[in-house]
Amino acid sequence: MCLAIPGKIVELMSSGDQDCAMVEVVGVRRKIDVGLLSEDKPVPGDWVLIHVGFAMSKISEADATDQMNTLRALGEVEGAMQEVQGYGLDHDPDHGSGGDPNDAPSEYTPPPITKAIQ
Amino acid sequence: MRFVDEFREPELISKTAEEIRRLAGTERHYRMMEVCGGHTHAIYRFGLKDILPENIELIHGPGCPVCVLPMGRIDDGLSIAKDPNVIFAAFGDMMRVPGTLGSPLEHKARGMDVRIVYSPSDALKLARLNPDRHVMFFAIGFETTAPSTALTIKRAKGEGIHNFSVFCNHVTIIPAIRAILDSPDMRLDAFIGPGHVSTVIGCRPYEWIAQDARKPIAVSGFEPLDMLQSVVMLLQQLKKGEAKVENQYKRVVPWEGNRAALKVMAEVFQLRPYFEWRGLGFISQSALRLRDEYAEFDAEQRFNVPGIRVTDPKAAQCGEVLKGVLKPHQCKLFGRECTPERPVGALMVSSEGSCAAYFNYEHRKTPLTQLSVA
Amino acid sequence: MSAPITTGVKPQAIRFRDPQIEMAHGAGGKASRRLVEGLFAPLLYGNSPGPLGDAGIVDLGGTHIAITTDSFVVKPLTFPGGSIGELAINGTVNDLAVSGAKAEALVVTYVLEAGLPSSVLEAEVRAMAKAAQAAGVRICGGDTKVVEHGKADQMYISTTGIGRLLHGVVIDPASVRPGDKILLSGPIGDHGITILLARGELDMEADLRSDTRSVLSMVEALVGAAGPGVRWMRDPTRGGAGTSLNELARDCGLGIVLQEEKIPVRDAVRGACELLGLDPLHIANEGQFLAVVAAEYADAAMNALSLVPGGEGAQIIGEVREQPAGAVLIATSYGGSRIIDMLVGDPLPRIC
Repeated sequence: MCLAIPGKIVELMSSGDQDCAMVEVVGVRRKIDVGLLSEDKPVPGDWVLIHVGFAMSKISEADATDQMNTLRALGEVEGAMQEVQGYGLDHDPDHGSGGDPNDAPSEYTPPPITKAIQ
Repeated sequence: MRFVDEFREPELISKTAEEIRRLAGTERHYRMMEVCGGHTHAIYRFGLKDILPENIELIHGPGCPVCVLPMGRIDDGLSIAKDPNVIFAAFGDMMRVPGTLGSPLEHKARGMDVRIVYSPSDALKLARLNPDRHVMFFAIGFETTAPSTALTIKRAKGEGIHNFSVFCNHVTIIPAIRAILDSPDMRLDAFIGPGHVSTVIGCRPYEWIAQDARKPIAVSGFEPLDMLQSVVMLLQQLKKGEAKVENQYKRVVPWEGNRAALKVMAEVFQLRPYFEWRGLGFISQSALRLRDEYAEFDAEQRFNVPGIRVTDPKAAQCGEVLKGVLKPHQCKLFGRECTPERPVGALMVSSEGSCAAYFNYEHRKTPLTQLSVA
Repeated sequence: MSAPITTGVKPQAIRFRDPQIEMAHGAGGKASRRLVEGLFAPLLYGNSPGPLGDAGIVDLGGTHIAITTDSFVVKPLTFPGGSIGELAINGTVNDLAVSGAKAEALVVTYVLEAGLPSSVLEAEVRAMAKAAQAAGVRICGGDTKVVEHGKADQMYISTTGIGRLLHGVVIDPASVRPGDKILLSGPIGDHGITILLARGELDMEADLRSDTRSVLSMVEALVGAAGPGVRWMRDPTRGGAGTSLNELARDCGLGIVLQEEKIPVRDAVRGACELLGLDPLHIANEGQFLAVVAAEYADAAMNALSLVPGGEGAQIIGEVREQPAGAVLIATSYGGSRIIDMLVGDPLPRIC
């Protein structure tokens, strides 16, 4: 039920009361129906998700980038926190630029951990 | 390919898999059901089981619209097309599904006019091009596909086309999930939700799974990173004892769904009081039929259909595999009487059926000891 | 020094029990294999040794001649990159080439549909003449039949070719060993997708052409540089590279492991396959070949191919291993893998 592919709208067309568009997927051009996006009409340059020749949804580049960033940061915060907790920062003021491991917000950048400290 | 390749980035996949291993630990065994057949297919296509830890078990759900179609419905559709004036149009997925007297392709070999279409609009186009024939579109699919069928029917009416009808087998996903959760044999921790169905219905319809059944659900995309990220989200919820609906597939799924698509579906379709799901039995309010205003496009009303119920052979354990109670290779017929070439049940025919996926992609695998090739 | 083809692994006995012929039997996949091995082989090839390759080898008083035949049924007749005429010449030249033989002469049969415009026929005959010249092969005879309107899709062409075995190569799946490399001459899927789009049933277009061409010069270069190390070759036509490699795996009883990111596929082919739910490994090619080369000859093989016009796209896409025995596995760069099976019938697009 689920084969759907992202494609870029390159041209809008109308035949009769049908809303069609030409999409491109790595150089393959296909005519699709955009009638299901009548409440949020796409324009050339928009990316849409295509299923059985119909555009189902617009693709949000911002959300895609967001997702990639989240994935890239995965494990970094947790991993860094574990490392930092392991050093017992509360008792070791010589450690360096570390902060309180208990308040690491999502923008927390872990200090460089050198092997000597282990 | 934009919006595809990024989500297949090998390093990021490895990294996410590592995070999953860290989160999953070793003590607990996690059972996660991916509802959608597209996810079943993706898991095998990308070899995701190879990179997930052993204590995460992915169970295939009943979200395969071909698999749950009772054989009697295929027989009915084909019986309409026995009339030489009728053109039987359907998606490629249906072509090898066996009816009692053979699959659509086998009927084609015997002279029936069977055409593969890639869109419901292709079927309507056939009707326009062949005004002296009748085109019957054998429609399948969940809510992902139903709006496209609905819009096509609406267009047909608007254009005054009289030689087009739809044999409607559209089914809805929520009753299937309910049937799974109601099943006494089922023990599940979480759900990987159907991303493309959700582009239409949104995320709200799953709230009862979180609130009433207390199971976390992540509405997931279909690329490797989407599915892995969904597993991360579910593990995080499970470890915190949470149960909520999360939208992993945000870039495509609107929380409220696609109003225009829902509107056209409601305009053209209504819920059947009940419908038979192969392997799951009769489920109420789980399938769509055309409204009376569109009766002339309803193949079941325009033509006489035998409507004979065909039960599966007793030995076939399609139902248990569909519900995730049995793994494909645990069915007695798997690989013996039932293979992709000579399928007994639809699970072995459909490219996203778990039996076919397992047979084609998995069951002759041995662990790779060394992956890089000079 | 030409050597006789050794008796190789005999395919396991298969019975052909299908009640009627289906399109699947011509698609090059499992059904085709069942028909050939279960019906034709036992009845027609009963006394012939060896596995069923692309060509038969006949010993004519000490000289080994390769002989092969192929028929061409394609709709539409012409498409970007070629037409049925070129396919008819290149297809047979290639079958001989991958059997280790240089095509010397061809005979042609035309089955023509009454009503076919002569201009269409002439265009195809011209295309064949041109392709034959490019391939360095002589057409020395043929036959023509005309059938009633509706009984042939405009025209069917069949070509039968003979050739002499190239020196220094013995094609035998039994000689394949773990560690051998799998070589692919260039991007896959071009032909099949071009034909699909050319039928005009999909509202889809792409800048794609059929890859139809003779692979002989590449094969000659390969054999010249790596002859003793060339174990097996095949041209992956109907059924695609996936089917050909499955046949190899079955015939040699070893496993084939491919690296997904090494398999060359043009963007447009990839896009069309993603849109339709097809796998490039199951799509027909008309100008490519696969070869199994002993590891120590792999570099020489690749160097030689890169110097042949048209051979620049060659890649080593995998290797032979003990496991999974008899099957083809494709590995992703992040540690996942899946089995690639032989096609059942024609590749069907899917929506699910």
